[in-house]
Amino acid sequence: MSTQPPALLRDRLTREQIAARAAQDIADGSYVNLGIGMPELIAQFVPEGREIVLHTENGLLGMGPAPAPDAVDPELINAGKKPVTANPGASYFHHADSFAMVRGGHLDLCVLGAMEVAANGDLANWSTGRADAIPAVGGAMDLVSGVRAVRVMTTHCTRDGTPKLVEKCSYPLTGEGVVSRIYTDLAVVDVTAEGFALIETAAGVTFEEVAARTAAPLRDARSRPDA
Amino acid sequence: MIDKRVASAAEAVADIADGATVMIGGFGEAGSPIELVHALIDHGASELTVISNNAGNGQVGLAALIRCGRVAKIVGSYPRSSNSTVFADVYRAGRIELELVPQGTLAERIRAGGAGIPAFYTPTAAGTELADGKEQREFGGRPHLLEHALTADWALVKAHAADWHGNLRFNKTARNFGPIMAMAASTTVVQASSVDAPGSLDPETVVTPGIFVNRVVHVADPAQEFDLVAQGAHYP
Repeated sequence: MSTQPPALLRDRLTREQIAARAAQDIADGSYVNLGIGMPELIAQFVPEGREIVLHTENGLLGMGPAPAPDAVDPELINAGKKPVTANPGASYFHHADSFAMVRGGHLDLCVLGAMEVAANGDLANWSTGRADAIPAVGGAMDLVSGVRAVRVMTTHCTRDGTPKLVEKCSYPLTGEGVVSRIYTDLAVVDVTAEGFALIETAAGVTFEEVAARTAAPLRDARSRPDA
Repeated sequence: MIDKRVASAAEAVADIADGATVMIGGFGEAGSPIELVHALIDHGASELTVISNNAGNGQVGLAALIRCGRVAKIVGSYPRSSNSTVFADVYRAGRIELELVPQGTLAERIRAGGAGIPAFYTPTAAGTELADGKEQREFGGRPHLLEHALTADWALVKAHAADWHGNLRFNKTARNFGPIMAMAASTTVVQASSVDAPGSLDPETVVTPGIFVNRVVHVADPAQEFDLVAQGAHYP
């Protein structure tokens, strides 16, 4: 019996590695909203020498990292309702101003989690559509309709191996044609007018392996395809 | 002479009638006007429509108001909570109505209500199931939804510092919905940690001008919903 794990298990990126990859694409000076959960990790990996300003929907620009346990202020939290800090140069504002930033196209980028992304950029990330679920949408629909660039950070497949990159979303939509780039544990995939385009793979992962786990046609658009 | 001070939270909410629409400030546990909400529970008004981003935390504040059966309908964006099953239980039992609104649309509907704008178009939620039943129109080749303003009979708001005229300052992210709810309600009731004479607040730092505020209650050391939830507190 082999002790080697399957190549994909060995080679796929950790959450931190996906976050670090997504952070590389954020330009210096950007105003950015990071979705609750995995995308929040991106803040820890902003490359040295770049300054970005994080927006949180509940009324803070210039969000900093979590405070020390003895410095928690219950009135200083993020959209995930977790204690945060305010960086030098931060500002507070009310909800209508916060969403004017979102809906008025003032934020450069948001990176969100996903349940499904379709080949035309449709995003589903707010509801399973199950009858017994408690409906809750938060700011997701506002972000995808108003922020200039919407990217997704997610695992390529669900825990049971079902692809999240699909021809057409089966879950209720958050927005139509909104996603431009997807960072996963296997690859970076762009949404183009011709559908999904593979931009790069994690080291050791092949085009065929990514394509086999993508439930829609995938075009190889890497600058340096597999040798 | 203008003096909007009211002696107690109980007095400030004593004339909220059954069936009233009440905006309640707060996002998560920050900015929750918990003393005012508890006074509303004691007061006993029922069949309320509550406009609030969330549906309460733990077993206190808005969650307690719902558990006590006082709320017929919630208008909000995110009624799910990791620390409370109160809303979920009542919702699954079919004992509360929910109008789910994207958070930015909720904020703008409230702002519009306060600014005398009856409705507006937004691209948010176009093409989703939250667009069902809404009038749609294209601007610049992009579909937009017609969204109607929200107003209320009452707003319950937590501020940090107030003066007798109702000028307000807030604390950090506890500001959230407070300023816009104050604008959109017929009667806005504010609890503030300090309430001082006019002139005590630098006009340059006033966030909500007193014209939007009707009653001010001094709650010197307000409970933090965050702490009450952590302690497992139960109201009443």
